[in-house]
Amino acid sequence: VTGRTTAADISTAARSGQRSIIEIATMALRRAEDADVRDGLNIFLSRAGDYARARARALESDAVRRERGALYGVPFAVKDNIAVAHQQLTCGSRILAGYVSPYSATAIERLEDAGAILIGKTNLDEFAMGSSTENSAFGPTRNPLAPTLVPGGSSGGSAAAVAAGVVPIALGSETGGSVRQPAAFCGIVGVKPTYGRVSRYGLVAFGSSLDQIGILANNVVDAAVTLRVIAGRDERDATCADVSVPDFDGAPASLRGTVIGRPREYFPDDLDPRIAERCARALDQLRHLGAEIRDVSLPHTALAIPVYYIVAPAEASSNLARFDGVRYGRRGQEASRNGLNEMYAATRVQGFGPEVTRRILLGTYVLSAGYYDAYYRKAMQVRSLIAEDFRRVFSGGVHALFTPTTPTPAFPLGSRSDPYEMYLSDIFTCTANLAGVPAMSLPIGRVDGLPVGGQLMSAHFDEARMFSVAAALESSLGPADR
Amino acid sequence: MPDAITVDEVRRVARLARLGLTDEQARGLAHDLNTILEHMNVLSRVDTTAASEYTAARAVMPLRADHGPPPVRPLATLPETFAPEMRDGFFVVPRLATHEDAEP
Repeated sequence: VTGRTTAADISTAARSGQRSIIEIATMALRRAEDADVRDGLNIFLSRAGDYARARARALESDAVRRERGALYGVPFAVKDNIAVAHQQLTCGSRILAGYVSPYSATAIERLEDAGAILIGKTNLDEFAMGSSTENSAFGPTRNPLAPTLVPGGSSGGSAAAVAAGVVPIALGSETGGSVRQPAAFCGIVGVKPTYGRVSRYGLVAFGSSLDQIGILANNVVDAAVTLRVIAGRDERDATCADVSVPDFDGAPASLRGTVIGRPREYFPDDLDPRIAERCARALDQLRHLGAEIRDVSLPHTALAIPVYYIVAPAEASSNLARFDGVRYGRRGQEASRNGLNEMYAATRVQGFGPEVTRRILLGTYVLSAGYYDAYYRKAMQVRSLIAEDFRRVFSGGVHALFTPTTPTPAFPLGSRSDPYEMYLSDIFTCTANLAGVPAMSLPIGRVDGLPVGGQLMSAHFDEARMFSVAAALESSLGPADR
Repeated sequence: MPDAITVDEVRRVARLARLGLTDEQARGLAHDLNTILEHMNVLSRVDTTAASEYTAARAVMPLRADHGPPPVRPLATLPETFAPEMRDGFFVVPRLATHEDAEP
């Protein structure tokens, strides 16, 4: 089996005994090795061979999971900033090289409980800070569709693992678009759930008011089923909401009566005309499926990048204070001779790469005495205005919003050296993180052979609506457009 | 918005962030931060007199009853397997600087 088998197909075949789980896991491990060793894509930071084979053997004789596990026998990959017991957890950083996690994230426990099998931990921009996976201390991942291009980031390894056909589903994490942007660049589906929908216990914290575990998949149904498995209250994460998890099925439905907003700020005059054209086609399809397309405005959109790049680094500077060479990870070389403070300073400057150092410094600056009000407090006030834009549109009868996911298709490795230019990759995605609403990207066609992502957003905890619109659009566009 | 950030300012913030920068790194970061913060100046022109600071929807994130945290599950591996240096169950660190060798 090559290419993109769906999770649903694998699970059905495994449950009926048509395919052995050990064979499924072995094939996924072989594809993972081929993708990295033969094809040089650098997708995995570690492959979980023994772990996966042991899990597969245990599942083979597990009658309960065979009957009930929604992802029985489905191989999956996970971004290497999410903890899995006994597996390495590097966050793409030298400071955690060699660190092995002593526990598993709640999302991992729920996937494994549903019968899914971990194949490996995927590459990422260091501590999820980046939009291309080039900031990994362990080298960039290449886009499986065009290996001279980036896969996007920061969940570039997870997106590439799905796009290369290694696994049908993978977990990533989002702070400003880190699942949706690589999904768009790799031609797959990427979902950022509502803030609070999925437990973050075991996700290494970056920006705590923004972070959310997300899903990469080949199609809308697989993403919806995976979200249903990992979503829901977890007493180990105080920000995980006590909201019931509906039976997302991701099946296409008629869109009659559905109002889809087209926010004008996401279609600026200088938008790549090829992307604008694909979006116009998708909006035509949505109209054809019965939806009403309504022009709307989210007037504070242009302020999202400045707000995001104050809030996220501020929170990161606090969250990353724990990496100091005392309890875990690597202590700086020659660091212990001059006392504790020098050990901290040496460990951190040797352990963190340039982008992480830049953001810690930026975050510390905007939180420091004399600058807090001008930057951080101001950004959090403007963030309220951005969130209010969404609230107003959704309470005014709009069920979902449709926009491009990214302003450009995948770009060449090494082509963006200016930090702020890279930050602009998140221009259409970071608003959903700032407002906490759910959002997803799905393939809506290609330009010059490269995939284009269309983004759907809906109101807080209304993923069901987002999935039904996405599934309808996905089935109407058909395989030729993906 | 505040004035441009100097290299000395970068060194001061790096000390707060416990980052031991070289001079070359400090110069490069002063340039980067000034470039980035220039793009942030647009925020100072936004009228936020009626805006409160953003908070997430706490209503759906209930606080737990005040009877201690969830039970701690045993770790799959002990800290000795991942800590840089341990002795008798304690993390070992270099000595703190004394008054004599503290920075003036």
